[in-house]
Amino acid sequence: MKKLQLLIVGNGMVGQRLLEDLSRMPHVYNITVFCEESRAAYDRVHLSSYFSGASADELSLVAPEFFEQNDIRFLREEAVQSIDCLRKTAFGTRGTIIKYDTLVLATGSYPYVPPIPGHDRVGCHVYRTLDDLDAIRRDAANCRTGVVIGGGLLGLEAAKALSDLGLQTHVVEFAPQLMAVQLDQQGGAILRNKITALGVQVHNGKSTQKIIDGDQSRHKLVFADGELEADLILFSAGIRPRDALARDAGLAVGERGGVIVNDYFQTSDPDIYAIGEVALWQNKIFGLVAPGYDMARKLAAHLCQQSGEAFTGADMSTKLKLMGVEVGSIGDAQARSPGARTCVYEDGVKGVYKKLIVSDDCKTLLGAVLVGDTSDYDSLLQYMLNALPLPESPSSLILPSLEGKPMLGVDALPGTAQICSCNNVSKAGLCQAITSGCTTIGALKKETRAASTCGGCASLVKQVLESELKRQGIAVNDHICEHFACTRQGLYHLVRINKIRTFDELLQQHGKGHGCEICKPAAASIFASCWNDFVLDPKLVGLQDTNDNFLANLQKDGSYSVVPRIPGGEITPQKLEVLAKVAQQYDLYTKITGGQRIDLFGARVDQLPMIWRDLVDAGFESGHAYGKALRTVKSCVGSSWCRYGVQDSVGMAIYVEERYRGLRSPHKLKMAVSGCTRECAEAQSKDVGIIATEKGWNLYVCGNGGMRPRHAELFASDLDDATLIRYIDRFLMFYIATADRLQRTSVWRDNMVGGLSYLQDVVINDSLGLASELEAQMQSLVDTYVCEWKRTIEDPEALKRFRPFVNDDLPDEQIVYVRERGQKRPPRAEEKALASIEHEELV
Amino acid sequence: MLILERSTNTTWHDVCAMDDIIVGTGVAARLNGEQLAVFNTGSGVFAIGNFDPFSGANVLARGLLGDIAGVLVVASPVYKQHFCLKTGQCLEDPEISVPAYETRICDQSKRIQIRVDSV
Ligand code: SRM
Ligand SMILES: Cc1cc2nc3c(=O)[nH]c(=O)nc-3n(C[C@H](O)[C@H](O)[C@H](O)COP(=O)(O)OP(=O)(O)OC[C@H]3O[C@@H](n4cnc5c(N)ncnc54)[C@H](O)[C@@H]3O)c2cc1C
Ligand code: SF4
Ligand code: FES
Repeated sequence: MKKLQLLIVGNGMVGQRLLEDLSRMPHVYNITVFCEESRAAYDRVHLSSYFSGASADELSLVAPEFFEQNDIRFLREEAVQSIDCLRKTAFGTRGTIIKYDTLVLATGSYPYVPPIPGHDRVGCHVYRTLDDLDAIRRDAANCRTGVVIGGGLLGLEAAKALSDLGLQTHVVEFAPQLMAVQLDQQGGAILRNKITALGVQVHNGKSTQKIIDGDQSRHKLVFADGELEADLILFSAGIRPRDALARDAGLAVGERGGVIVNDYFQTSDPDIYAIGEVALWQNKIFGLVAPGYDMARKLAAHLCQQSGEAFTGADMSTKLKLMGVEVGSIGDAQARSPGARTCVYEDGVKGVYKKLIVSDDCKTLLGAVLVGDTSDYDSLLQYMLNALPLPESPSSLILPSLEGKPMLGVDALPGTAQICSCNNVSKAGLCQAITSGCTTIGALKKETRAASTCGGCASLVKQVLESELKRQGIAVNDHICEHFACTRQGLYHLVRINKIRTFDELLQQHGKGHGCEICKPAAASIFASCWNDFVLDPKLVGLQDTNDNFLANLQKDGSYSVVPRIPGGEITPQKLEVLAKVAQQYDLYTKITGGQRIDLFGARVDQLPMIWRDLVDAGFESGHAYGKALRTVKSCVGSSWCRYGVQDSVGMAIYVEERYRGLRSPHKLKMAVSGCTRECAEAQSKDVGIIATEKGWNLYVCGNGGMRPRHAELFASDLDDATLIRYIDRFLMFYIATADRLQRTSVWRDNMVGGLSYLQDVVINDSLGLASELEAQMQSLVDTYVCEWKRTIEDPEALKRFRPFVNDDLPDEQIVYVRERGQKRPPRAEEKALASIEHEELV
Repeated sequence: MLILERSTNTTWHDVCAMDDIIVGTGVAARLNGEQLAVFNTGSGVFAIGNFDPFSGANVLARGLLGDIAGVLVVASPVYKQHFCLKTGQCLEDPEISVPAYETRICDQSKRIQIRVDSV
């Protein structure tokens, strides 16, 4: 079949989603994309995170090779200048000319800058693209004060960005309240109080008449009543659809802008479509990404002549966090519906305001406003979207109650209920994916995209998963094994709360049978995390996993490897000499590990104590290479030698390694410290990564190398030493308390409802009130640390277990080696066979 | 149970003292040139071959003890297959088993003896 030419103008969030949706279906198009920006589509919704550490790459929405793999012609940094609808031809700003059969406008919108005199002075900015942010960052470096003109949703977000950049920040709003579109007056007032308390000054009811030179600062804003000085100005006075192209081409546009489309996104020219923020449907522009994604999905189906679902509008409810203040707006927040009644809850002390807007018969929810606490958002949204019958007294939905609210079980939701609005995933869609095998949050996210955009629906998605698994009878048996009817987390709490110190007690009180190789090591690890008793104590030794059992790593031939700790990878020549001597004396295969230390292989169990006696004498300690415990803290050379280093990364690595050495956890833990942003220690692939900045340290968490690499996420910036350690203490103890057995921090994080911001809340803002307890728990582990090997070689009882045979001191003669490149190694199977033949011949 | 057998059956060998095995663990022992793994589970003493057929190493004495649906087992420390302490049968693979030996406790519960068929 002859291919049709499909031309897409704009590679923003919605344009890119259209490409992805098309690439998932069979279609008949040759696709060309004009991308005006210097970067392919990126996540505009999380634009502000660019200022808090996310890189442009991390914000990218385009998988590497996406365009190549899907045979899409991608014209970077070229805009469409004009369209000739008659000849069906588009002209690019760099001279590209394309004849199309079908054209899609996905040109989004631009920030509106009111034409006040002085609006175009140097130092006036807008907030829409990565380039805008680069410009703001550059400029802000030389500024002390900033003002955002516009106190809507985006304006407040921009204000947060400015204050994060260290500017004394003001917000100027024409309306008498903040966020006039989403909130009512009272909600706006509470938000204002909270934001002022955070150090941002809010000026309501001010209209800027002109901007002139300031006396102390670069600019002065002149209002009808008064004036305000600032070095940097940021306009956020609303957005306007980028419809100029369409206008020039003669397409119908709305009175106040926007390309007019029908239910199938066709413009007045049936071969030209428009989606996203540029499209005007039933006189409405949708300035959120979720409706745009819905348009993309439906247009893709329409272009492929599948079903061709009509667009039916979108819900504009929003939930967000502005400068740490939770704000939610659902449906008819201003109570404009005829007969609407309201009920309000307000706690002036905590700064919580909640309002419900219900129908005059009090049966259905029409809207809601939430400020300061949005925990009810998800369930309220479902009440509104699905017109679920309200409880007898609707106020019970927002009143804080000790017994808990009438829970809106996800079971009550119809299959059509939309759970994830960003990606239009219904409850039925989730259930289907669960049935087809997505039985973890991670898998479900990947398959359906639910919870992968704003993350607001994550807790609902999890509830659906749990209830559906239960309903389908898919064994959500999360019991650790047949001996204990609970999870590892459950065991941890039992042990900690009931102060249980032995497996016998644990089994008697909470388990059955004799235990096994799953629950025993888990219990041993929990005991160690809680009480730090000697792991080879006769009461505990039988629980230890193979390697912990002999404090070394078992190799395939039954011999062991020895990995002494080399904190931060720093080692003196004298100590190197000791390692060399020991390796020579016992003929151990010697290798530098991937973790900046030295591994000595091929020690028989009976040799371990002798080897360790020599090592301990020379000042070495156990490296816990055998334990689900802290492994290494990798470091780069840092400021002591490196010409770029800004902090002493080796010193910090050693400090951290010595603090957390011996810490038993659900799985192994790795850390690294880099001396500057060049990141030679690869800290962003570790469970805990520390990267030096001019002002202190950036902390990254939950990275992983290994089988499923995961980049660590920026957790907090510019920390001083003490805060850094405090956060790590809390982070690690929280992980130890709540992770599953053998769950690395990366997987733990991927399954965490509420994601990174929840974790930040717990660790940084102490939202669970646990911080001091977690710190105390860690401190007690730090204080009770002893090197297991030092203790073992001093304990004749513990040493008995290292005898080769209980009734004979001759070593296992079946451990034999061949030599290669000057060192020994275990023989391969064929070499072994050969050896035994030779042996027989000899006899 | 305490059986002090004074018969002439020479196939019982004294291996070690009860105290030599920490409850819940095992030790390796050598008898007639064979390597054995001897365990004290707390509810009994058991002996099987020390050779792990899956890894080809003499390591079963260093495995973790437990039960799977009531069958007392040791898990190989290398690749974690389970072997029945009473019969030596591998639970994962019916074709594979290791030798199992009779044990008894003598001398007022102090010594462990194992019966090995003479070679
Ligand atoms: C020795 C070493 C390889 C080497 O010669 O360099 C090594 C050796 C083993 N690794 Fe590793 N890993 C070694 C560095 C790494 C690294 C690199 C690093 O740490 O920077 C990684 C990727 C980073 C990471 O973990 O995020 C790594 C990812 C793994 C994994 C996969 C973990 C994952 O989450 O996907 C396993 C399997 C596991 O733990 O379940 C593993 C497991 C193992 C075990 C313990 C397998 C086993 O049970 O026998 C190996 C035995 C070590 C021994 O006998 O001493 N090893 N391993 C390295 C020891 C570093 C050290 O000084 O302690
Ligand atoms: C700071 C910020 C925070 C936001 N937060 C949220 C939020 O929390 N939740 C939410 O739902 N929404 C949020 N939004 C809105 C959301 O980003 C938009 O709804 C979404 O990006 C719209 O997608 P789009 O593809 O229609 O437009 P865009 O993403 O703007 O993409 C349009 C693209 O087309 C390009 N283009 C324009 N004209 C041409 C031409 N002639 N030729 C070639 N290319 C052209 C533009 O350069 C642009 O790259 C936020 C927006 C901003 C700026
Ligand atoms: S990360 Fe920076 S300080 Fe460390 S070695 Fe590399 S360049 Fe030098
Ligand atoms: S609602 Fe935004 S990701 Fe689901």
